Amino acid sequence: MLVNTIHGEMDDSLLVKKEGSIDNDNEFTTWVEYWLDGELVHRSAHVTLKTSLFTQLEAAEIG
Amino acid sequence: MANTQSLCTSFLGELMTATHNFGASPIRAASTADTFKAALYITTATVNASTTVYSASNEVNGTNYTAGGVTVTNGNIPNATNSSATAGVAYWTPSASIVYSNVTLSTAFDSVLIYNSTQSNKAVAVYTFTSQVISAGDFSLTMPTNSTTTALVRLSTT
Repeated sequence: MLVNTIHGEMDDSLLVKKEGSIDNDNEFTTWVEYWLDGELVHRSAHVTLKTSLFTQLEAAEIG
Repeated sequence: MANTQSLCTSFLGELMTATHNFGASPIRAASTADTFKAALYITTATVNASTTVYSASNEVNGTNYTAGGVTVTNGNIPNATNSSATAGVAYWTPSASIVYSNVTLSTAFDSVLIYNSTQSNKAVAVYTFTSQVISAGDFSLTMPTNSTTTALVRLSTT
C-alpha cells in the first residue's frame, strides 16, 4: 500500500507503522504514524467528538 | 389543564434560524442557511467563550491548510423537540465530518472554532481535543449523533 509522506508516496513496506488511540469523556481519537529511519514522515488523526456544548435557557418569573 | 411558565421550545429552534430579533441585527441577504466554517487553533491560542469572531491569530499554519479552515457541511436543519411542559431542546450538528486533507500541521493544535462566514465570521462554538500534529496526512473531526442529548450545539430548557 502506498502511503502519502512528506517525501511523497512511499510503499508501506519501507516504513514503520505506529497506531494509537485516546478514549475519554470528551473524544475518541485514533492516530496513525509512519516512520522512516527515525523520521516521522506521515501522521493522520481522526477525532470523534463525544461532548456537545449546550446552553441552559430559562424564563424569569414576572413580579 | 394548567398553564406553565416556560420558554417555548419552538423559540429555541427559531433562535437557530434567526427568526426572532430583539435588537439590531444584520440584514440577511437570503433566507437560506448561512455558511459555517471550522478553523483550527494551536495549543497556545486563547479561543473560548469570549471569542466573538474568527481570527487568524494563532490559527494553525501549514501545507494545504487555508487560513479560515474548511466549510462545514450543513445538511441538517435545526430541530426543536419538546419534552415536557417546561423543557425542550433545540439542536444542530453538521451533517458530515470536518476533514482537512493531506495537510502538514507541525505546531500542536487542540481546538476548532466553528464560525459563521456569512455573518462577518461571527463565532459559534469552540471544541477542544487532545493536542495533535499532522504530517502529510488527514485530520478529521467526526460529529456526534444529531440528537437532543448529543448534538454539537444544543439550547435547552428544563
